[in-house]
Amino acid sequence: MLVLALDTATPTLVVGLARWSAGVPAEVLAETAVESGNRHAELLTPAVRAVLADAGVGMAELGAVVTGLGPGPFTGLRVGIVTAAALADARGLPVVGVCSLDAVGTGARSVVTDARRKEVYWAGYDADGTRVAGPGVDRPEDAALSDPVVGDPGFAERLGRPVQAAAVTTAGLLRAAGPQLASGRPDPLVPLYLRRPDAVPPAARKAVSQRVAGQ
Amino acid sequence: MSDQPLVLGFETSCDETGIGLVRGSTLLSDALATSVAEHERFGGVVPEIASRAHLEAMVPTVHRALADAGVTLGDVDAVAVTAGPGLTGALLVGVAAAKAYALALDRPLYGVNHLAAHVAVDELEHGRLAEPSIAMLVSGGHSSLLLVPDLSQDVQPLGQTIDDAAGEAFDKVARVLGLPFPGGPYVDRAARDGDPASIAFPRGLTGQRDAPYDFSFSGLKTAVARWVEARERAGEPVPVPDVAAAFQEAVVDVLTAKAVRACRDHGVDHLVIGGGVAANSRLRALASERCAAAGIVLRTPSPRLCTDNGAMVAALGSRLVQAGVAPSDPSLGADSSMPIDVVSRAG
Repeated sequence: MLVLALDTATPTLVVGLARWSAGVPAEVLAETAVESGNRHAELLTPAVRAVLADAGVGMAELGAVVTGLGPGPFTGLRVGIVTAAALADARGLPVVGVCSLDAVGTGARSVVTDARRKEVYWAGYDADGTRVAGPGVDRPEDAALSDPVVGDPGFAERLGRPVQAAAVTTAGLLRAAGPQLASGRPDPLVPLYLRRPDAVPPAARKAVSQRVAGQ
Repeated sequence: MSDQPLVLGFETSCDETGIGLVRGSTLLSDALATSVAEHERFGGVVPEIASRAHLEAMVPTVHRALADAGVTLGDVDAVAVTAGPGLTGALLVGVAAAKAYALALDRPLYGVNHLAAHVAVDELEHGRLAEPSIAMLVSGGHSSLLLVPDLSQDVQPLGQTIDDAAGEAFDKVARVLGLPFPGGPYVDRAARDGDPASIAFPRGLTGQRDAPYDFSFSGLKTAVARWVEARERAGEPVPVPDVAAAFQEAVVDVLTAKAVRACRDHGVDHLVIGGGVAANSRLRALASERCAAAGIVLRTPSPRLCTDNGAMVAALGSRLVQAGVAPSDPSLGADSSMPIDVVSRAG
């Protein structure tokens, strides 16, 4: 079946089209990675159009949609998840969500991506590529990493170890989605925010009048 | 496309996930999910909480709207979405969803102005708007007076608040009076048992040399807080109904006086009032009284449609389709400070 995969958990949005069947590696037919920074909302649907056109595939031929669920900066992350949910809903397709870090690199590794605020999103994988630690959000030095570390090389210095550049790929998204695609009963899409919203209930109301000393 | 297009509208500019369906100028459905209860303890809308709630509510709310209207996605002729103004993160959930539905359904997409949509919603109940009309939009985020020669492409700002929005003043005064959030309905209710003439609160920007169509509610809010604090310090009980009534009177007095003046100055005899504060019973009563005296035809949507909803977006989308306005480009984004004279993001 043809699967549209997308991810907006990092500053590079990824859209790909792959032919998938159970038990064999997915064949990526078209893929684009756009350095879109904080313009995911503007650029994602045009990228989807471009990938479908590139592969010569119409929306009606799709069999499923896969999306990264993060962790990633919230606003951009939601753009990808809601786009995948809406595309799938409009075409009556299943939509599968995966941890975006699972789609970075292969085999035994730790993955780090930029969580802003001088922190990283991270996860660890065994030789089978199964996630055995995380996902978490921490200061780089507090993340439980083991070599090789892949992902955002901008953190190599803070970590004091090499970080091999790697990004979310269509192949990685499909690999992570395999079990859910095979079962045909995907889990509900739950974003991996990993942080609570920044919000503090207000303290007691502040007086606007100047108080007389001692009162 | 027919002259009675079926339009699916998305509204996520603040804390309401609104999905509406309109055929021509007939309201078919108006499904709403709100995160208001989650914001209550913060005393105001927390953007991140609102955005998370929009994502969760999106697909189920679309389906509620479709079921209520008795139509399917395949019947939809066009998709409309609030592109701004509003909270960026919240807007983006609706924009991304609307773009995806438009792409998957292969239908045109219209990114529209939230404020113009508050005007357009009145057409669902009261028919085609007289043009030109004067429009006053009053909500928790906006207080604006507009001249509307053509709602589909020519909306001109006359004035707006220079500090707090009217609805924001209601929220803040409610907090001072120990009333729940959002303050509007609670102040309205408390004021029914109060005397609006019991306390003389200031009317902002009503001097001879003040901007005739601008508003200011910050000074009023502070005056109310000072008055209440003085009472508390003196160990006297605070007459909540009287304070609520006198505050509310000060707000609606200024709003209605300026709206009527805008009509007179521009030789326009139709006024439409929209936005959440337009649900206020005293504003509706005083506007109706003053418009009658001035020979102005007043139109206000029913309170249910004054607050944010998806039907208003669909209503404006339908108007744009019928007027032959160009749809938005697939690269449409959100614009948190979208100017009011931009009715839609065309091309």
